[in-house]
Amino acid sequence: MPELQEVEVGPYKHLVSERALTGETMLLNMGPQHPSTHGVLRLLLELDGETIVSCIPDIGYLHTGVEKNMEAKTYLKAEVMTDRLDYMNTTGNNLAYCLAVEKLVDLDVPERAQSIRVILTELQRIASHLVWVGTFGLDLAAMSMFLYCFREREAILDILELCSGQRMMTTYIRPGGLWRDVPVEFEKAVRDFIKMFPKRIDEYEALLTKNPLFLDRLLGIGKLEASTALQYGVTGPMLRASGVNWDLRKARPYMGYDQYDFNVPVRTEGDTYARYIVRIEELRESLKIVEQALNKMPMGPVRSNNRKFVTPPRSEIGVSMEALIHHFKLWTEGFPAPKDSIYSAVESPRGELGVYLEGDGGPKPYRVHLRTPSFDNLSVIHEIVKGHLVADLVAILASVDIVLGDIDR
Amino acid sequence: MDKKLEPIVQTLREKFGGALHEFRSEAHVMINPEQIISALTLLRDQYQFELLSALTAVDYWPQATPRFHVIYQLSSLAQNITLQLRVPLNGSSPKVPTATGVYKVAMWRERELIDMFGIEPEGHPDPRGLLLPEDQKGHPLRKDFPLGYEEPQFTFNFEEIDVRKPYAKE
Repeated sequence: MPELQEVEVGPYKHLVSERALTGETMLLNMGPQHPSTHGVLRLLLELDGETIVSCIPDIGYLHTGVEKNMEAKTYLKAEVMTDRLDYMNTTGNNLAYCLAVEKLVDLDVPERAQSIRVILTELQRIASHLVWVGTFGLDLAAMSMFLYCFREREAILDILELCSGQRMMTTYIRPGGLWRDVPVEFEKAVRDFIKMFPKRIDEYEALLTKNPLFLDRLLGIGKLEASTALQYGVTGPMLRASGVNWDLRKARPYMGYDQYDFNVPVRTEGDTYARYIVRIEELRESLKIVEQALNKMPMGPVRSNNRKFVTPPRSEIGVSMEALIHHFKLWTEGFPAPKDSIYSAVESPRGELGVYLEGDGGPKPYRVHLRTPSFDNLSVIHEIVKGHLVADLVAILASVDIVLGDIDR
Repeated sequence: MDKKLEPIVQTLREKFGGALHEFRSEAHVMINPEQIISALTLLRDQYQFELLSALTAVDYWPQATPRFHVIYQLSSLAQNITLQLRVPLNGSSPKVPTATGVYKVAMWRERELIDMFGIEPEGHPDPRGLLLPEDQKGHPLRKDFPLGYEEPQFTFNFEEIDVRKPYAKE
């Protein structure tokens, strides 16, 4: 048996209570390899028996230097890095980045592309919430949820594969529109999903929502006040479960979200159960948006006609000299962006996904900063786990819906 | 620029002399490092900027004055407006007063600045690094930090490169 290693209290002296220094309470390491940390997250817990006195999160195990890497690539090539951040919301990340580029260079997107973007990001939001509900159930020992949710998520990934040829890292949304138009099978596949999915949500709810074991683990656990949430920059379903009605799709509509009729689910309790309810409700609302977007999806081009930023279609290259020049310029050098900066944000399944983008007049971004929602949502954890049991920490951590790739970047 | 922002920007200019820059209907106001905390407090308490959406920095190396800009992206939920404050910092070991007293979200975001830019938040209650290993040398998001790469090993020079490769050896 390996020897037990003592944690050095020294660097954490100012973060633990007096009692830890005298040895009255215990410091316990949870993670980085722990099934309920959803990735590689280390939590240093100060425990009084089973009760948590303080919690010190330690992140950075998945840091890959995405922001630095993006500075060395052209605007188009840097986009593939955004898929890999939050691997549960790939099209949403693409959308956030493309909107930032489009804002920086002032580029319009055709209406058909806007509708398809909305359909795909909302489907991805459903997929992301499905993974969340599944793993949330798994953490609370409801294993069948995991299997059901992944079954439905597979249908969404099939739709993504249909469009882009990739299940997860699609990079289908590009600055100025989309990579190409959706195939003819797309509409039927999405309609089949819309028809099948509401019954499945009812099934999940029948299994969980009023399940007494589930309620025992969740009600009143991990309460987060609205003022604390805002202080720590918490956004998304977590903020809405604390009673703040804030959704960027409603507040600052992008991609024509103001044309769709949907509700923003809000709960006031702020506990783990409220976060569950908000996300389940969001599944239904997202499905409503998908249906409306599919019904109104107009015919037309899916890429901007601005040849300074978007490559011409293949058919033009053979007959037009300018098209050939643009094609060559855009693929070798890329397009320049003005020497200025913008910040644009979208509502990801986890909250405000912001992109700070600065150009320097050349074809590569001078600085990209990704304001990822999981990062700030996790930073509040030490406030909400205090006084709870270790078993409750698992439920609270699951309810935050963290993606470590999104946090460490 | 949003109409609701105009009086706010006007107040900032009168009180702190902040220069205004507009681009794509966004407002960026420059504030001196000494005054940033009072500016943030004013915005939070009087103009309902409840949320500090993003806190990050940009390095303008080799330019030395100012070398860095620290960026505070603020959102007001009540008024639905956003405002960006930029703090210029000189030299290669800059300090900025910590914003943790105004917005707790700065706790982790400023620790990220320590790691990535070597910008020291003065008065931060927990000034450790956040994302990088403890023995990391240099600050990766500075422009004078090389992107870095791994030397490709072939059969003829495998061992030669292996000797100087920085990874844990038993």
